[in-house]
Amino acid sequence: MSDKKSMGKSREYGFETRMIHAGTQPEPVTGARQTPIFQNTSYVFHDADHAASLFNLQTFGFIYSRLTNPTVAALEERLANLEGGRGGTCCASGHASQILAFFALMEPGDHFIASTRLYGGSITQFGKTFKKFDWQVDFVDVDDPEAVRRALTPKTKAIFVESLANPGGVVSDLEALAAIAREAEIPLIVDNTMATPYLCQPFDWGADLIVHSTTKFLSGNGTSVGGAVIDSGNFDWTASGKFPGLAAPEPAYHGLNFHETFGDMAFTMQAHAVGLRDLGATMAPMHAFQTLLGTETLSLRMERHCANAKQVAEFLEGHPAVAWVSCAALASSPYRALAEKYLPRGAGSVFTLGLKGGYEAGVKMVEGCELFSHLANIGDVRSLILHPASTTHRQLSEEQQAAAGAGPEVVRLSIGLETVEDIIADLELALAATA
Amino acid sequence: MSSPLTYSNNELLAILRDTRTIAMVGASPKWNRPSYFAMKYLQEKGYRVIPVNPGHAGKEILGETVYASLAEIPGKFEMVDIFRNSEAAGPVTDEAIAVAKDKGIKVVWMQLGVINEAAAEKARAAGLTVVMDRCPKIEFGRLNAELSWGGFNSRIITSKRRRVRLS
Repeated sequence: MSDKKSMGKSREYGFETRMIHAGTQPEPVTGARQTPIFQNTSYVFHDADHAASLFNLQTFGFIYSRLTNPTVAALEERLANLEGGRGGTCCASGHASQILAFFALMEPGDHFIASTRLYGGSITQFGKTFKKFDWQVDFVDVDDPEAVRRALTPKTKAIFVESLANPGGVVSDLEALAAIAREAEIPLIVDNTMATPYLCQPFDWGADLIVHSTTKFLSGNGTSVGGAVIDSGNFDWTASGKFPGLAAPEPAYHGLNFHETFGDMAFTMQAHAVGLRDLGATMAPMHAFQTLLGTETLSLRMERHCANAKQVAEFLEGHPAVAWVSCAALASSPYRALAEKYLPRGAGSVFTLGLKGGYEAGVKMVEGCELFSHLANIGDVRSLILHPASTTHRQLSEEQQAAAGAGPEVVRLSIGLETVEDIIADLELALAATA
Repeated sequence: MSSPLTYSNNELLAILRDTRTIAMVGASPKWNRPSYFAMKYLQEKGYRVIPVNPGHAGKEILGETVYASLAEIPGKFEMVDIFRNSEAAGPVTDEAIAVAKDKGIKVVWMQLGVINEAAAEKARAAGLTVVMDRCPKIEFGRLNAELSWGGFNSRIITSKRRRVRLS
């Protein structure tokens, strides 16, 4: 691509430079170097003609913060840049990012394929709430590419996986899945929350859309719920005729065809001008600001998260109360080869373990921790612990829990940035309580 | 939609800085067509855009008279912006080369999705600068940080403070 070069520079900047600078040039009016929080709902038009141009999407600019906001746009550009995509659309949460992504692709009666190994909340959203829009999903074990191929129907509009799956230890074979999606002329959507763009670059392996819960490692500070959809700009929305939301006359814009008019910007334009406009799940400017602060240290945090997690996983693997550890950083992991391919810098810091003492031991362990916080989040600088079967995955059936790697004996850890010896000592104490 | 074509930011900035008048071949009078979007935007940024479309010759689009051909445009223009398909870009480029000296044409710019290597080769041999598979509106917006307002990846990294211009 031509435009990777910065103005006046002959080389492309590295990840660390971009995580600090992308999307955040100095604010031109005041010269403010840190991105201002545009805590602001609406923007003055020059005149009636300017207003008309904005409403018709004929010019770039701000109308109303439900659609776009300068602070939110800065985060959108930063995330799009870090993922190597064309554009980004931030929204109220990771769940909102999934609705926004599918809203552009799906018509009532359409279908998509999702991995069985997803965050439990996503399984509930796809399997239950999406049905109200008449969006149908089949959950498939994506370790078996043939099973994915068999699940394709003429109404299938996407394949959805997590690069590194929550609750942990599972790595999706993105290249193989992208090939199936390409054959079927549908996009591969990858949730890159657990890996972050520092550890995994799904567009390099053929993914078309990336969704994020920015609440997790991207912000890293546990302050702000948020989400994002990043578009690679590579998918041809027109060719198959399967995506009228992006490549047919849009009635809400007097017959405008997004793909024809905006080319590789079509998805991101649609996600703002139709998706956020009508679904209303906007990210707040303050949340965008706090997430931007988080991204400035992303690479440093992820390196330490991965190093700490690997040490902790190795300790747990040798502990007598632990039946198994599912962490792709471990040499024993069946996903080790995929992790080396897709996550060369580290396999993240969220993983699961199985306790020999089952459900009761799980409850005792989470309650026996002093340093670990017992809560339903991941990707914080603080170490976090959760017993999915009694919390995040409790809405699922026992089969679904097992398929998602969240059976009754399973405990999920999100290893933080505390002194690693302190993290291990806390787990040692908690495991003693399970005996 | 990814493109193997490469144009440096400085190259595109120079074209957009040195151009004042653009002949837009395939300009549409319909407000919801891509060419209309681009014409209106470029007018707002201070360019004069002269529409060329034999089907609408003599009518007006956005206050400008429509001409049937490049040769019929009175006066000079530095750029020909081609809003036609890749095949049709061939004869349009031939015409641009034929009248280049007379009209002061320096740049043949083919829109997003429009690529005609043979035409580009001829134009370059005639001393013209060629851009293909790009939109001048999008590039203007990208290089002036306006594209970033919509969450797009401008790929521009800088700690220089931009001069604010009234638009």
